[in-house]
Amino acid sequence: MIRFIDVYKSYDNGTKALKGVSMRIDDGEFVFLVGPSGSGKSTIIKLITAEIAPSEGRLMVNGYNLNTIRPRQVPYMRRTLGVIFQDFRLIEKKSVYENLVFAMRAVGASPREIKRRIQYVLELVGLDSKGDRRPGELSGGEQQRVAIARALVNNPSMIIADEPTGNLDPQRSLEIMMLLEKINELGTTVLVVTHEKELVNRFDKRVVAIENGRIISDGTGGYYINETF
Amino acid sequence: MRHFSNLGYFFLEGFRSIFAHGLMSFAAICMIVCCLLIMGSFSLVAINLDDMWGTYEQQNEFLAFIDENYAQEDALALESTIEAVPNVSDAAFVSKEEAQADFAADKADNELFESLPATVFRDRYRIHVVDLEQLEQTVNQVAQIPGVVNISAAPEIAEGFVVVRNIASGVAIILVVALLLVSLFIITNTIRLATFNRRDEIAIMKMCGATNGFVRWPFVFEGLIIGLVGALAAFFLQWGLYTLIGQAIDSSDTIQLITVLPFQRLAGRVMAIFAGTGFVIGVGGSLLAIRRFLQV
Repeated sequence: MIRFIDVYKSYDNGTKALKGVSMRIDDGEFVFLVGPSGSGKSTIIKLITAEIAPSEGRLMVNGYNLNTIRPRQVPYMRRTLGVIFQDFRLIEKKSVYENLVFAMRAVGASPREIKRRIQYVLELVGLDSKGDRRPGELSGGEQQRVAIARALVNNPSMIIADEPTGNLDPQRSLEIMMLLEKINELGTTVLVVTHEKELVNRFDKRVVAIENGRIISDGTGGYYINETF
Repeated sequence: MRHFSNLGYFFLEGFRSIFAHGLMSFAAICMIVCCLLIMGSFSLVAINLDDMWGTYEQQNEFLAFIDENYAQEDALALESTIEAVPNVSDAAFVSKEEAQADFAADKADNELFESLPATVFRDRYRIHVVDLEQLEQTVNQVAQIPGVVNISAAPEIAEGFVVVRNIASGVAIILVVALLLVSLFIITNTIRLATFNRRDEIAIMKMCGATNGFVRWPFVFEGLIIGLVGALAAFFLQWGLYTLIGQAIDSSDTIQLITVLPFQRLAGRVMAIFAGTGFVIGVGGSLLAIRRFLQV
């Protein structure tokens, strides 16, 4: 569960990225976070992943109070999250399987756990026959599936996808969204940051819209309120 | 605790990374070898000089003359008192007769001294000290002992030895520290380059929930391996170099005064110092290099 309570964030250069954001995402929800460039979407992601700290207000992520979290607790908080990036951020010199091993090794998983879990997530994302391929040998959609598998492999309670379809064609984008929907149906909370209006409108999900560091709408209906996004 | 179960993984990752940045790793090992060789050579020269000076120090003695009114038994009784003075390593009694014989032997080419009676001489003690730096103080203390009427010492020679040794030690320490810093700088940059090349991997690991320790260990192993390989190579090169120079000195007619300690006597210490230095600069360099990349 994520709770933002009147959160403000100002950067050292004086930019006020968030101006009193309050929202709540419950376990098991699927939420789209939408907004124009510079609206504060990335700041929200960075706050949730504890890359930055809020300037004011309260922030809770999966039971961790990020206002008072100690640096040594941050890795354990991050293990409750799986993050997916627009540019996939896969390690090119490692195979699909090794990329997933790498993510599981990072949290100290045993070889037995690694073998069992990777097999499961590769099947889940439909790449069980491509474990030995390198990212460069895969299509963009497949690479993003690997990134999703990597985000899932440590069994997080929440997936955060930052523009996951930004580099994909409409058909691949839809497939990725459907995969995220499937993951959500299996019980994982999903937060998707995106610009893609048509894509958002195809799913009947909760949409949180942000502009100039403030939440301007929050509701279910599967559409953008502001056409300029 | 869980890190211990990952030791094999950390070691393997560190080992792989060395070959992934083969040229830089090779350069780092070469620099460590050079620095250790220079440091080791200076240290070995200093150890040999110290040993030679130790020998000279042993030969540096002063004489304490005993009151001529003391019977030989009384003079002999002073030995324990003299040896009880701090910094006195040993005191050897020399009777009037022995002094006369030594004197006559020294002046063997002059017949005038051969008939000199022993009564002209005083009983005396040849006294060696532990620390030359405290010679003057020791001489004063011995001079205070009842029955000692005169002292013959050359503190200026002792001071000369001390000054030369202190300068040599100072120069050696400065060089060793400077070379250590150079090595540390080089290995820090090597590991920094490795971490820079792998900054994306580090960011992914951190985002997956890896602890700083988990990210750090492979780099620590990499630095450790580089440091220890450098130390081992430097040790064998130092051995060869030292043996060659030692043989050249031993076979030279002109520098017979210099005695070279056999390397076998020093090998354990050299190995321990090289390995310790390799460990410190390897691990220390890694820790310094990776610090910045952990702040994700």
